[in-house]
Amino acid sequence: MTMPENYYKLLEKIQAVDFVLVDLTLYLDTHPDDLEAIKQFNQKSYESRQLKAEFERQFGPLLQYGLSYSSYPWNWKDAPWPWQV
Amino acid sequence: MWVYEKKLQYPVKVSTCNPRLAKYLIEQYGGADGELSAALRYLNQRYTIPDKVVGLLNDIGTEEFAHLEMIATMIYKLTKDATPAQLEEAGLGEYYVNHDQALYYQNAAGSPWTATYIQAKGDPIADLYEDIAAEEKARATYQWIIDLSDDPFLNDSLKFLREREIVHSQRFHEAVEILKEERDRKKIF
Repeated sequence: MTMPENYYKLLEKIQAVDFVLVDLTLYLDTHPDDLEAIKQFNQKSYESRQLKAEFERQFGPLLQYGLSYSSYPWNWKDAPWPWQV
Repeated sequence: MWVYEKKLQYPVKVSTCNPRLAKYLIEQYGGADGELSAALRYLNQRYTIPDKVVGLLNDIGTEEFAHLEMIATMIYKLTKDATPAQLEEAGLGEYYVNHDQALYYQNAAGSPWTATYIQAKGDPIADLYEDIAAEEKARATYQWIIDLSDDPFLNDSLKFLREREIVHSQRFHEAVEILKEERDRKKIF
């Protein structure tokens, strides 16, 4: 399934920010006193939420079990799934 | 509990249908040092490892499931348009007979995944050294697959996964040091 160009663009932006968050999470698990890293973590967490809100307005919910809002009708279950794009 | 996110951790693109590469990649899906083994190994160790490093095992174990999904996506994309004849030509005739196009947890040589791939020793240092070895073995496996692959899109994603093995290994080394420090501190008092 090929999605509009903007789908891939926005998704890649989210993947980039979320990668920083994953990597910082592991780093902070073993360096819990690094204040600069925690500041960067919180900043990226904010950026990630902003980007996801924008993505979800166009392409539907990203997160399961109520962490994203649903429109009507229920659209969480809609394709495409990540392996289909 | 876990919350699913409808995205891959890193984009997975393939240039063309290529069941031969899928046959090799399945090593990282259901092989001894593959992503399923990694995820189950770390998440299972969480319960009995000292609190100081539970978070790391929890978070690396969770990331491994994202890697498992990336590998599954690669295999799916490399085989979804293959004909039975193409699968057979790629050495996947026996696989096709048993599974059609379905994904199965097995290694590249066809052995099904088994819990004997993972240990649970209960000794934190022994468990963490197993984890470090597992990451290094997975890194090497990614390298051997990249060496056999001529698909630049696939290799881009594989290189991402190879780098993650290195980071995980480094974090596990740090976890060992954290536990050693704690042990030495206890001896002083």
